[in-house]
Amino acid sequence: MKGSAHVFDQGSLSGDPLSILDQAGRLVAGYEVDGDDLRRLYESMVWIRTYDRKATAMQLQGRLATYSPFFGQEACQIGSVAALADGDWLAGTYRDAGAMWFRGYSWERLFLGRTGDERGGQPAEDVTVMPPSITVGGHMVHAVGLSWAEKMKGSGKIALTMFGEGATSEGDFHEAMNFAGVFHTPTVFFCQNNQYAISAPREIQTASDSIAQKALAYGMVGYLVNGNDVLAVREVTAAAAERARNGDGPSLIEAITYRRGPHTTADDPTKYRTSQEEDLWTERDPLERVRAYLADAGLWDEPWQTELEEAAGVAVETAVGAAEALPKLDAGNFFDAVFENPNPTLSDEKAAAARRLELGEA
Amino acid sequence: MAELSYRDAVAAGLAQEMERDDTVYMIGEDIAAAGGVFKATPGLLERFGPRRVRDTPISEEAITGAAMGAAMTGLRPVAELMFSDFIATCWDIIANQIAKTRYMTDGQITLPLVIRTANGAGSRFGAQHSQSLENWAMAVPGLKVVAPSTPADVKGLLAASIRDDDPVMFFEHKSLYATKGDVPDGEHVEELGVAKVRREGSDATIVALAAMVPRALDAAERLAADGIDCTVIDVRSLVPLDTQTILGSVRSTSRLYTVEENPRLCGWGAEIASIVAEELFYDLDGPIVRITTPHVPLPAADALEDATLPTVERIYQTIKNSD
Ligand SMILES: Cc1ncc(C[n+]2csc(CCOP(=O)(O)OP(=O)(O)O)c2C)c(N)n1
Repeated sequence: MKGSAHVFDQGSLSGDPLSILDQAGRLVAGYEVDGDDLRRLYESMVWIRTYDRKATAMQLQGRLATYSPFFGQEACQIGSVAALADGDWLAGTYRDAGAMWFRGYSWERLFLGRTGDERGGQPAEDVTVMPPSITVGGHMVHAVGLSWAEKMKGSGKIALTMFGEGATSEGDFHEAMNFAGVFHTPTVFFCQNNQYAISAPREIQTASDSIAQKALAYGMVGYLVNGNDVLAVREVTAAAAERARNGDGPSLIEAITYRRGPHTTADDPTKYRTSQEEDLWTERDPLERVRAYLADAGLWDEPWQTELEEAAGVAVETAVGAAEALPKLDAGNFFDAVFENPNPTLSDEKAAAARRLELGEA
Repeated sequence: MAELSYRDAVAAGLAQEMERDDTVYMIGEDIAAAGGVFKATPGLLERFGPRRVRDTPISEEAITGAAMGAAMTGLRPVAELMFSDFIATCWDIIANQIAKTRYMTDGQITLPLVIRTANGAGSRFGAQHSQSLENWAMAVPGLKVVAPSTPADVKGLLAASIRDDDPVMFFEHKSLYATKGDVPDGEHVEELGVAKVRREGSDATIVALAAMVPRALDAAERLAADGIDCTVIDVRSLVPLDTQTILGSVRSTSRLYTVEENPRLCGWGAEIASIVAEELFYDLDGPIVRITTPHVPLPAADALEDATLPTVERIYQTIKNSD
């Protein structure tokens, strides 16, 4: 990664979020942009936006179960994990498919998970990504366990956990942060403050000025960063990751962003927010500011954009095809998936289920 | 009589009680402005105002704990947990605190509160959002446990739960929210702990709960066409449990089948089977048979979820083929 290391080494708990590129794509911090590097980040954001669109459309066609779009949060999805090294852990939520893909989780498995197939919870062996957490909050504590174990093993690996601002209201957040602080674990807590938890606005979750400032109470460094600025997100995450790797303990990052889509495909945001507000965040789109910068620097043109979108479209379609072509799991499978070793309780149940299937009673 | 959906009956029951009693109020996630993620509480914020219909942070321990605190002062809170699966995140408050406080103060502190929650499978939500956990609550002394199967019962039993002086776990079934049925006009209150005979027959007794009740009734119709006439009892409330209605029926039919959505081990039907076996062993003409979900987490895929839960076909075949 290029750019002067740790523009933001000191952390920041409130006030204006740390930023490198402004809304119009102008540099606002002392930072040396590497054009190729920024083009790669942009490309990844285009790819995940393509996936997100496709998944949303497929859900509306009834081909996927509920889907939680990350539309508008692409800079968080990519910028955060772009700062990780091989073998580092990611523990995210139902809304973090973009980050999971960047860390090696295949589109095919991601789609499969959304069709309700348990194989979607099973990435390739070398992918250090936890299945997405559906219960709000539990995975933050797992990230502490993952990174603590790596610390005990002396592997130099760390864990990054992604969660929404709503999740900080769970007791799990407090316990995870407290453990991480006390045991000095190499954990990066990455909060995507996308302003809403289903219908509940940020104000309802916490009376503190920022989420970043909660870091102080747990004895760790906090960052308030512009979550729609992919360079700034990567920069603060890199600083936090390096601190973790060097044995300097955990950090909390609050990335200010916006969920431009609904909470899930079953949600109707017009019930709780205005179109003016949505328009404001359309102007702050994370892809647009990078595109503007690249265009200014002569590093972006229409044909490249088209090429990117087409390539992403083909990759996503291919993954959908592969996921849909897999033979379906049958009713016998789940008995074998419950325990590592067969045991009589489940064997009896499995035999009874097989008998029922033969009798056509299933 | 007006026809209401099961979800509209939730709002109707809450409105009836909030209108009647100023101490009744609601707290939960997304229940106010959004009207509940299952659309079971729309219009209540507008009607009763933000003081009595409160959206909270995502903090199940605080939701249930605050309800407990409020109940100690004499308010009658109705707390919502979005999915019953999340009772696991606040089980200390429910099982250790709420359930035991009256006992540990030798009756000085009563907790007139209700915890409403969306329970059960059928919506393809997978292992952590589809469980039927009424049997967990049933296992804890100090909790009342109610699970309605019809819109009329939703309204009447919810009203009874709110008026009850003890804590009640009120399990609404997700896959029933869209179903419709007649609900009596005017004030409607049922009694807790009274099972309802939904169908009478002399050959066998089928005991079911919540979403399994309509399935048991459909199976009973098919069995009737084959000459097997069944009684179907809707348990409605596991605690208190109406053993008299169940025992009375089995005494006359001499056959008992339970239909449970719980995974097999320690499903509520096991309790009923053991009561009947103790009381009526010599009246039985055959073994008691439990029709349950197998002892596995629930799959998310449509076909697999369907194959896991007791179906009408499975209920029918099991009863028809038993010796
Ligand atoms: C323990 C628990 N409580 C409630 C829910 C229901 N729920 C699912 S997502 C969500 C909102 C989470 O908001 P936030 O953490 O800000 O993340 P976002 O969805 O905005 O990405 C809620 C309340 C849940 N899944 N788990």
